[in-house]
Amino acid sequence: MSMITMTQAAAVREGLAEEMRRDPLVWALGEDLSTAHGGTSADQYLGLIDEFGDKRIVNTPISENTIMGAAVGAAVAGTRPVADLRMADFGMCAVDELVNQAAKIRYMFGGQARVPLVVRQAIGVRKGGAAQHSQSTEAWYIHTPGLVVVAPATASDAKGLIKSAIRTDDPVVYMEHKDLWLAEGQVSDNPNDLIDIGKASIMRQGSDLTIVSWSKMALLSLQAADQLKSEGISAEIINLRSLWPWDKDTIYKSVSKTGRLLVAQESVQVAGFGAEISADISENLNHSLKTYVRRIGAPRTPVPYSEPMENEYRVTTTRIIKKAKELFSAP
Amino acid sequence: MTNNTASNYPARILEMYKTMTLIRAFEEIAEEAFDAGLVNGSIHQYIGEEAIGTAVCANLRKTDFILSNHRGHGHAIAKGANPEAMMKELLGKVGGTSGGKGGSMHIADFSVGMLGANGVLADGLTMGVGAAQALVLRNVDAIVTVFVGDGTTNRGPFYESLNWAMIYELPILFVCENNTYASSTSTRKVTAGPGPVARAEAFGMPAYDVDGNDVREVDEIASKIITNIRNGGGPQFLHAKTYRIKGHVSRDKMLYRPEGETEANWKNEPISRCADWLIKNGISEAEINSTNASAYKEIRDALEAAIAAPFPDGKLAYKDVQDLGNRYLGEHS
Ligand SMILES: Cc1ncc(C[n+]2csc(CCOP(=O)(O)OP(=O)(O)O)c2C)c(N)n1
Ligand SMILES: [Mg+2]
Repeated sequence: MSMITMTQAAAVREGLAEEMRRDPLVWALGEDLSTAHGGTSADQYLGLIDEFGDKRIVNTPISENTIMGAAVGAAVAGTRPVADLRMADFGMCAVDELVNQAAKIRYMFGGQARVPLVVRQAIGVRKGGAAQHSQSTEAWYIHTPGLVVVAPATASDAKGLIKSAIRTDDPVVYMEHKDLWLAEGQVSDNPNDLIDIGKASIMRQGSDLTIVSWSKMALLSLQAADQLKSEGISAEIINLRSLWPWDKDTIYKSVSKTGRLLVAQESVQVAGFGAEISADISENLNHSLKTYVRRIGAPRTPVPYSEPMENEYRVTTTRIIKKAKELFSAP
Repeated sequence: MTNNTASNYPARILEMYKTMTLIRAFEEIAEEAFDAGLVNGSIHQYIGEEAIGTAVCANLRKTDFILSNHRGHGHAIAKGANPEAMMKELLGKVGGTSGGKGGSMHIADFSVGMLGANGVLADGLTMGVGAAQALVLRNVDAIVTVFVGDGTTNRGPFYESLNWAMIYELPILFVCENNTYASSTSTRKVTAGPGPVARAEAFGMPAYDVDGNDVREVDEIASKIITNIRNGGGPQFLHAKTYRIKGHVSRDKMLYRPEGETEANWKNEPISRCADWLIKNGISEAEINSTNASAYKEIRDALEAAIAAPFPDGKLAYKDVQDLGNRYLGEHS
């Protein structure tokens, strides 16, 4: 077994290909999957059509409701589809099929059926994406009983999580970050290397402060930790990877040790997942906290286009650092 | 109705030639701006499709509404939006059509009835239906036109909109711009049946096929059916065949496109076809050349003005969210 350098998009593609080789009932559907580009943005499906053919790499019409609905139907009928809705913004076109059907079928039919599907829908601000191509909607799905939600930060997360997602018997919302598709990282070539869903990764050990985040924000938090270290603050960086379920054990352990928690998210802070984590820690670990929990997230505005406004909107490393320091100044 | 034997007919076509050239210049110079790193986001170009938006909008009034899609620059210019304000929007500058909030995919100019480009496919259709309902409710003598791509005819809202428009006999024109591609996919490969006209006819909607690269043909049919709609004839459907000369989006390398296809279609592009006709019909080559020169100058000036314009204050990000709750937006400190 060895480690190979590849982009996150390639890492997901490798993970998908390995699972398709392992299980002939795994297949993918979505717009532009089988053209020379293989999923227009970052070659997410490049070459898969040649290996697996057009029954398993299905290039669909622009029909989001049916992409999602067909995945649900195909899942209850004994296959394991990976539905690609490209961006979370277009995923909204198919929220009904995902939320009213995929998430509910097992429960409302009394456990008769399982819905083993994965829906890929990318999140995050991509430069100049503006209001309809930059949204991060993970909280919508974390709020929905029946769904599993994962969001990789590294190429290795991306591969391990797609493999685990495909092997999960319930619907999984797989939210990669558009800005990270072309980011390179080290990935294992061992087809048996999975990442357990529900298991966070501690990217950096620290003793003074715990920063919990996911997706691209985990990488920015890591940068923030470098800067904080030079200022004498030792930050522990937790990359959640899996948002539902989330790894409470790892976070509880970390916060018990550091006594300080900052949650950093890219999505709108109001009613975001950071609110849930903060409330949970405040309720359950109050005795260990040296100061109250802080959050950082996007303001409650649509994503603006023009660069200065986009920069105003973004959660940046500098802003994470500033927020982190607040935990040491105020009570 | 256009009367193409009238003595002022070549002058009418020359006007359309000017608009098409302005759109072409805008798209080419916007691409230069993109390549120079001046455009924050991406652009979807309308090159080769100019005749459709131009001829349709030539038959619309300022009080009529249009709803556009992601490939909306041409629709906006044809409906009368200011190219300089549009260029400023692409560069995210003060004076942009949306003050820099939206960018290329969200150009709108409500003052000329351009109710917005759109980043989400097919949403213009359903909103167009509603805009037509509003015209009826308000008893306004105007119509709605919705532009939709060939690939988007496979989304459910397309059918919901056509059906709805028919049952309420709304004053609405659907224009399907069939450039044969949906992103990197050849639309034919993912589309059943004979195509958009048959689909519209299935709802009982009068539907017309036109050569979308022939501005005179688009004008002739558009003029006829828009008059029908104004006279209470209900929804109509125009299917304009064309070709997307450029990549889907600014970064598209077009690896999926068969060799020679672009070049073959370029021979059929609408602007030189129109120029040929004009020259045969009494417009001098000098006039054509000066039209070209002034269109490119206008857009170059627009780009210069956009470059010179200031960026908006970042804090404007918090403006225009909604009326209530503005104290709680969670502005970054
Ligand atoms: C609901 C939705 N699905 C997918 C996309 C991504 N997308 C943008 S344009 C496009 C292709 C559209 O093709 P067509 O309707 O033919 O218009 P054209 O680009 O050819 O003008 C796709 C798939 C989107 N913006 N919205
Ligand atoms: Mg098309």
